[in-house]
Amino acid sequence: MRKVHDLGGLPTDQPIDRTEHEMEAWERRVDSLNSILGEKGFKKTDELRRAIESLGPEQYLTLSYYERFTAAYEALLVERGVMTTEEIDRKMSELERERG
Amino acid sequence: MGTAGGDAEPVRYQPGDRVQVRVGLPPHHIRTPAYIQGKTGQVETLCGVFPNPESLAYGGSGLPKQPLYRVQFDQTEVWESYHGSAIDQLLIDIYQHWLEPAAD
Repeated sequence: MRKVHDLGGLPTDQPIDRTEHEMEAWERRVDSLNSILGEKGFKKTDELRRAIESLGPEQYLTLSYYERFTAAYEALLVERGVMTTEEIDRKMSELERERG
Repeated sequence: MGTAGGDAEPVRYQPGDRVQVRVGLPPHHIRTPAYIQGKTGQVETLCGVFPNPESLAYGGSGLPKQPLYRVQFDQTEVWESYHGSAIDQLLIDIYQHWLEPAAD
């Protein structure tokens, strides 16, 4: 089956958004994390691509470019046993409490 | 650039060879988009010999390495209703295991 990212040649009524936008601070951090995770041997580029393609249509189509990266990092780090989903969820709850 | 060796698939095609892209949408990660599958083109250059991304994507070694070719297609071959110039070309990098000799 053609996966959700493989769009080449599919018909669409949506115009292509060619507008540029300044990268936000969190997007820069997510991009930096990509380099760091690679240097530390926690992920390869092809693994990141595979993890992004495997997010599933609902996530893939609603998340932005760097949001897909973060979802893929989580999947890969959990897969490798570097972190657990529980640890990530606990930290997220902590941050939400701290920052309201 | 990667180089051929004992851990690499032998280079099978030369620039100018006519090749057809294999057809298949397996559930695993691939680097050969659907739109180019089944199309016939011509090898422009050998880019090098690289670890197989379909193996690297799952934490594998990527061995045996695969030759990667830049393949040239007529746009009119790629798109059924191509409205541009008849001499327009598309260049795309394709790994050897996705190519077979063209029937013509």
